[in-house]
Amino acid sequence: MRNSSKLLPLGVFAALTLAWHAAVVSSEQRLLPTPWEVVLGIAELAQRGLLIKYVVASLFRVTWGFAVAALLAIPFGLFLGWYRRGEAAVNPFLQILRPISPLAWIPISILWFGVGDGAAIYLIFLASFLPLAVTAMNAGRNVLDVHLNAGRNFGLSQTQLILRVLYPSVLPQLIVGLRITLGIAWLVVVAAEMIAVNSGLGFLIVDARNAGNRYDLVVAGMLMIGLIGLLLDAGMRSLANLKILRWGRAASS
Amino acid sequence: MGPRRLELTLDHCVSYPASNSTKLCVSGVNKTFRRDGKSVHVLEDIDLTVREGEFVCILGPSGCGKSTLLNIVGGFTTATSGRVEIDGEPVRGPDPRRIFVFQERGVFPWLTVEGNISFGLFKLPKHERERRVSHYVHMVGLKGFEQSYPHELSGGMKQRLEVARALAVNPDMLFLDEPFGALDSITRLLMRGELLRIWQAERKTILFVTHDIDESVQLADRVVVMSARPATIRTIIDIDIPHPRELSSRRYLELRDGLLDEIGLAHKV
Repeated sequence: MRNSSKLLPLGVFAALTLAWHAAVVSSEQRLLPTPWEVVLGIAELAQRGLLIKYVVASLFRVTWGFAVAALLAIPFGLFLGWYRRGEAAVNPFLQILRPISPLAWIPISILWFGVGDGAAIYLIFLASFLPLAVTAMNAGRNVLDVHLNAGRNFGLSQTQLILRVLYPSVLPQLIVGLRITLGIAWLVVVAAEMIAVNSGLGFLIVDARNAGNRYDLVVAGMLMIGLIGLLLDAGMRSLANLKILRWGRAASS
Repeated sequence: MGPRRLELTLDHCVSYPASNSTKLCVSGVNKTFRRDGKSVHVLEDIDLTVREGEFVCILGPSGCGKSTLLNIVGGFTTATSGRVEIDGEPVRGPDPRRIFVFQERGVFPWLTVEGNISFGLFKLPKHERERRVSHYVHMVGLKGFEQSYPHELSGGMKQRLEVARALAVNPDMLFLDEPFGALDSITRLLMRGELLRIWQAERKTILFVTHDIDESVQLADRVVVMSARPATIRTIIDIDIPHPRELSSRRYLELRDGLLDEIGLAHKV
């Protein structure tokens, strides 16, 4: 049972790769590199020392933009959800900013930070801040009155109420929000690197095309983006599990 | 502030002087909510005295304001006018000496049974905390479920867990707001028996809000019957049957029928 559930996706993966190969080989025009050419492309990037360098560059920007956004947006959002009048005041403003694609901020971020890491990190920060703030705001508002009242009834101070009732109440929602937002940040870093910097996986894709139509390297870059995105998501998911385990332990101590 | 002087002379807590056994005194309490620019008068001139160790049910139709009264006594809401005193002191807010039991959704889902029961015991040393947790786990029949989370428990077990969490801090009053309303009728009957057993063992003063006439006759020393909004106290009925109560005894049926009449319900379905 367990084996077959792992075998099925592997089989589909192999079949699609074969179909890709067959389609490229049988067609007259070369619209895509073959899977093997992509593998060779990745090997070439690794050999030239670019693979690690670009992956690290992209992860560096995502980490900074995402971490700063999380540190600012979560307390901000929780505060708004906690003090409902604050939410009523700020929410319309957030809702206007929300539909603006982070990519629309590219000109302004370049104007403010110049071409370079600063602009790319700022874009990721922007892309992460609003979803995180809205998630935290909703999570803060969804804390049940019965739980807050029970906490007060047992004589908790305001600080204890935040640590022992608010924080555990909002944590599950926050972790889901962090996971989704990290996915968004990873999408945005690629776009930011296409325009604002000259390193990273996004830059690799644009550069490989501009410098001699190396579509094997373009697809190699895309594949790396997909793989790392998958790893990031898996990491966030295991973090969610860890946190739940930690509650269990804290509760029984 | 002219009327204030007049109010004092009519003060329930003063005109029936607090004897040693008076636990709670509610005097001239009014509550008006402002909602969408309209004001809703919920409670009107409520006077009530509850003795130490007494089990009092507040009975009234749904939405009449009996929960509001309980919230005022519990310190979660303030009265628009009037006085609420417990042990001769005005109520200024929620207090660990008086625990409010909500319906079963009041337990903390992120804590185990043990974590929930010890929630209010953070000021006690570890061994005392453990002693109380095991005592109350046993008392409410949750032995073997110490490490379970609320979502792994039935509705009745969650309700008992919340009662255990309340009792663990050794309060001298319990406020229960339709605590068994969400349970099936069999579990509800069992829970009433358990609550009475706990009350007889621990002798807490209990204020129990319900809209269930049978429940009030089974549990209470006295039943406070409230009218529809704005709620006033229509009457207070003494339930003079010793525990355990025979549910088909003549006196039980008399008292129940009396309450049915008082609330204005027919004796037929």
